[in-house]
Amino acid sequence: MKGTEMEKDPVLSVRDLVVEIPTRHGILRPVDRVSYDIHAGEILGVVGESGAGKSMTGNAVIGLLDPPARITHGEILLSGQPIHNIKREALRKLRGKKMGMIFQDPLTSLNPLLTIGDQLTETILEHLDVGQAEAKERAIAALEEVGIPAARDRIGSYPHEFSGGMRQRVVIALALCAEPELIIADEPTTALDVSVQAQIVALLKRLCRERGVAVMLVTHDMGVIAEAADRVAVMYAGRLAELGPVREVITKARHPYTAGLMASTPMASQGAKRLRQIPGAMPRLGALPHGCAFHPRCDRATAECRADPPPRIDYCDGRAACWHPLPQKDTTKGEPA
Amino acid sequence: MSALISIKNLTRVFDVSKPWLNRVLERREKAYLTAVSEVSFDVAEKTVYALVGESGSGKSTIGKIVVGLLPASDGHVEIDDIDLATETDPAKVAEVRSEVQMIFQDPYASLNPRWRVREIINEPVAARGGKTEGLAESLLEQVGLSAKDAGKFPHEFSGGQRQRICIARALASNPRIIVCDEPTSALDVSVQSQVLNLMSDLQEEMGLTYLFISHDLTVVHHMADVIGVLYLGRLVEEAPRDKLFADPKHPYTKMLFDAAPRMDGFGREVDPPKGEIPDPINPPPGCAFHPRCPLAVDRCKKERPEMRQIGETRVACHLAE
Repeated sequence: MKGTEMEKDPVLSVRDLVVEIPTRHGILRPVDRVSYDIHAGEILGVVGESGAGKSMTGNAVIGLLDPPARITHGEILLSGQPIHNIKREALRKLRGKKMGMIFQDPLTSLNPLLTIGDQLTETILEHLDVGQAEAKERAIAALEEVGIPAARDRIGSYPHEFSGGMRQRVVIALALCAEPELIIADEPTTALDVSVQAQIVALLKRLCRERGVAVMLVTHDMGVIAEAADRVAVMYAGRLAELGPVREVITKARHPYTAGLMASTPMASQGAKRLRQIPGAMPRLGALPHGCAFHPRCDRATAECRADPPPRIDYCDGRAACWHPLPQKDTTKGEPA
Repeated sequence: MSALISIKNLTRVFDVSKPWLNRVLERREKAYLTAVSEVSFDVAEKTVYALVGESGSGKSTIGKIVVGLLPASDGHVEIDDIDLATETDPAKVAEVRSEVQMIFQDPYASLNPRWRVREIINEPVAARGGKTEGLAESLLEQVGLSAKDAGKFPHEFSGGQRQRICIARALASNPRIIVCDEPTSALDVSVQSQVLNLMSDLQEEMGLTYLFISHDLTVVHHMADVIGVLYLGRLVEEAPRDKLFADPKHPYTKMLFDAAPRMDGFGREVDPPKGEIPDPINPPPGCAFHPRCPLAVDRCKKERPEMRQIGETRVACHLAE
């Protein structure tokens, strides 16, 4: 559904994306027919357990899939332009200019041999048409924006001179300095302490609001998602299980996996003697069950679930892929299948 | 309630100086990092005592000292009134040692990849010359795996299953105390709930005492009976679980609770805490938290607050009431 006005077009549009990895034991599909949009000024949270394909989706978008993993189907549109099939060189230009990436570990995503000033000005000179002096000013401005005190004095410092939280701020500045439209943040706070995590989440939200950047926030922390994201996509075994506004998905999940995931966080069962648990573990990609990948762990599974992949059901502003979605417990009437 | 573990004035200092030659050439002083500083607390039998804090707060160091993986620089750890560091009767030492076991954070690093699961689980008993016939098999079933798994190697298991193997190994010598150092931090949420439930069940069945180390407040809230909050190597607050969560007295505890993301916090705008944990080699004078504390007064910069008892809570803050 394409809006008629320009600003209604999503910044990022992923359609039917399939990523495959050929191996000796057959072809694995870490991302299987995933579709979603992210609009300007919106944070889309992507959650799931390890191996669900969240990072792989992010890497596919930014063109950082490690061979032999490759996109075999579907398309990725950045502001309406396809980017899944363009040349390496063209993609390199887009990366940084139009999309920025924030990785989990801030130490390994910075070059330890260059000062942070060098790394920032290099990116700015590469992507923006400015001179050396102007680039340095912009680098200082970027560091100030992400909340690094005394940015002008610290621009000559090396990454090891910064603490973990400060390094992650530098990485964010680096992702932002060429003014991209899309930021992919892959577990940006996982390596950080709670108090620093709160600082980084607040920073991401502020940047998103003030600059209108579209953010894809990949994380496994439901609390971070609840506080930061506008919409959330839940992935399971490479497939999109559910996608919808964050409040709906967390409080009124339609997919049994989402409901189980939310219920099994210790936050959800405060005061209870035992935590709710989902039996079993996520299947390996090489041995995905037939039909719905979640059926062996699902208490609602029937013959249909074992035979065929689940249909997509749309509700209000969201959708889920399930044969037997949970009834919507809220006043807004849904139409359960 | 008698204390099973009693920790008194525990201090651990690490020498983090540069090598001798560098010190001479660069004219540097020796540097010491105080990881744990004058920490005292008691753990009652058959309860779960949780230590929480951010990285560098010294929680893992305390766990390692309790199991005896690290010696203390000062202070005592008494288990059943026996201080392992000074006890001279080897029989008593051996007995207490077998009563304290540990579960580590990373189930991938804490199992020997070349050993079969049976050997791994039997090791704590075999090392003391005990009988291991059928031990691994029965323990595996107890932790929710199958007896047949005893012949497999660790790589054949997922993260959650490996952590179950670690739990089985910890149970092998029939311990009374298990030190759990971030036992579920490396696990996914749905697997985490399985492992936490298993640990609760085992605690009830076998009457275990857990010293539970975690940075995750939600996990601690679920598991702990009593919680101790550490900041920069010092215990800043200790209270029974419900008391602590309902009425945190130390500003650092309040800050931690406010900063922790909440599942019902849709679009919550938090005023994020300021600053980061200071350098433990040169901690701030007075109360170590004063540079980040919203309430700090002059006294906090000069005088270190002592532990005070306020109701059920012990708190180290000049201003708490």
